[in-house]
Amino acid sequence: MVNTKVTLCGIEIDNPIIPASGTFGFGQEFAELYDINILGSFSFKGTTKDPRFGNPTPRIAETASGMLNCVGLQNPGVEHVIAHELPEMKKIFHKPVMANVSGFSVEDYAYTCELLDKEEQVGWLEVNISCPNVHGGGMSFGTDPKNAAEVTKAVKAVTKKPVIIKLTPNVTDIAAVAKAVESEGADGVSLINTLSGMRINLKTKKPILSITTGGLSGPCTFPVALRCVWQVYNAVKIPIVGMGGVTTAEDVIEMMLAGATAVEVGAANLVDPFASKKIIESLPEAMAKYGINNLSDIIGGAH
Amino acid sequence: MKNLVFELLTNKKIAKNTYECVLCGDISDIKCGQFVNIMIDGLYLRRPISVCDAEDGKLTLIYKVVGVGTEKMANMEAGTKLDLLTGLGNGYDTERSGDKPLLIGGGAGVPPMYKLCKELTSQGKKCSVILGFGSMDEVFYEDEFKSLGADVYVTTVDGSYGIKGFVTDAMNMEYTYFYTCGPEPMLKAVYNKSTTSGEFSFEERMGCGFGACMGCTCKTKYGNKRICKDGPVLVKEEIIW
Repeated sequence: MVNTKVTLCGIEIDNPIIPASGTFGFGQEFAELYDINILGSFSFKGTTKDPRFGNPTPRIAETASGMLNCVGLQNPGVEHVIAHELPEMKKIFHKPVMANVSGFSVEDYAYTCELLDKEEQVGWLEVNISCPNVHGGGMSFGTDPKNAAEVTKAVKAVTKKPVIIKLTPNVTDIAAVAKAVESEGADGVSLINTLSGMRINLKTKKPILSITTGGLSGPCTFPVALRCVWQVYNAVKIPIVGMGGVTTAEDVIEMMLAGATAVEVGAANLVDPFASKKIIESLPEAMAKYGINNLSDIIGGAH
Repeated sequence: MKNLVFELLTNKKIAKNTYECVLCGDISDIKCGQFVNIMIDGLYLRRPISVCDAEDGKLTLIYKVVGVGTEKMANMEAGTKLDLLTGLGNGYDTERSGDKPLLIGGGAGVPPMYKLCKELTSQGKKCSVILGFGSMDEVFYEDEFKSLGADVYVTTVDGSYGIKGFVTDAMNMEYTYFYTCGPEPMLKAVYNKSTTSGEFSFEERMGCGFGACMGCTCKTKYGNKRICKDGPVLVKEEIIW
């Protein structure tokens, strides 16, 4: 009998599979299909201080082995999330959930995190400083180690829950940003957010996406994500949540060998709503195949 | 929503760039006005296609070749197994139709009118149907709608068949309620000309097709709605153009 349990920032989870924010809503759409309590956890839809409509459509474009999105953090705002989404989520999911938070100023981040800190079911705060699809916030915090550190410090001051900072790959040196947030007390880092990209419609000869560029996700991003996890593992001591194109149990093992303690599954959920379930169910067999008894033993094993 | 495997029985061209395919599988949760999301070999995202008909274990889809996905679909051969998400979207509300509903389909918006017409007719309602196309070589399903007992009006923009002009040029009959699907400029024209309440089916580029990714959200008077999950059908009163 193989053991898939891992401990992420002090919280033990049944398996390292965590659907990524923005691909799983608040769980409702997937709970119609399967019992989502089989998940290690999930990271809920990116939440901001104020309600956001996001960007105009088209927000989605396709590419070989992947997709681009420029949703732009559509969400009903933290008060609504706490009053409506979380009570509904509680009915279908009974494990600690990862609260994904975004903002447009350091104060925004602190405000939203302080409110979510009071929510019992929130196990971790995943602080997104890496959204490529909003102006004047998001990724601008994640591309500068100093700003990233500042957000981390402000969030750490308002919560006792573990803080995981979600990093962007759209930088020259992701390890430097990881080190900066670690130095301000981040309990973990998650990476990678989407890669900045674009497509052009040959018929209209204009960009497909409404705001020209969007975030690339899907299997085509996996090697980039793996490289980032590898580099960050070399640079910091805090746990890493690896993500980017993870589609199979083998991808999970590879991500963990590179240094991930847990793994988020993103775009795969959108193409196959059962993707996370299938990964969890095939994990024991994949572990057996590669002679792994304890999944937690392989974290960073390739170094 | 269900995730099911269907087998392709037939896939044939029925008009210019327009194909009809019939699939065999479990259609138990498919309602009129809904769509299915099809996984296509070699493409990352599924392709959402509206339901034309679903009866006796057979699902009929009609699609226009507009890009790489539908091009691949046009080349699919009988016997192909397809991975579908079915029962997607809210669908039309046939309860609100009154005795004499009007159904207006434009181009690739014609197919969802078929199952709707079938259901309304079986409820004892007398349907008028306007089918709008660009030109005669694009016309399809006129006879199929007539076979259901509907009063059918065909319009072509260039006048090569039926009434010359747009669907709105044929909207002169008496009707109690209407249902429409087609390109957005057509929907807007129908909105402006219509004299009763009605339902509009919208199209949008989608990521997942089942409400998870927020890729297809639009603003309505009743709040933000995901075209794939809270739509594709919106009622006249809530639409913001």
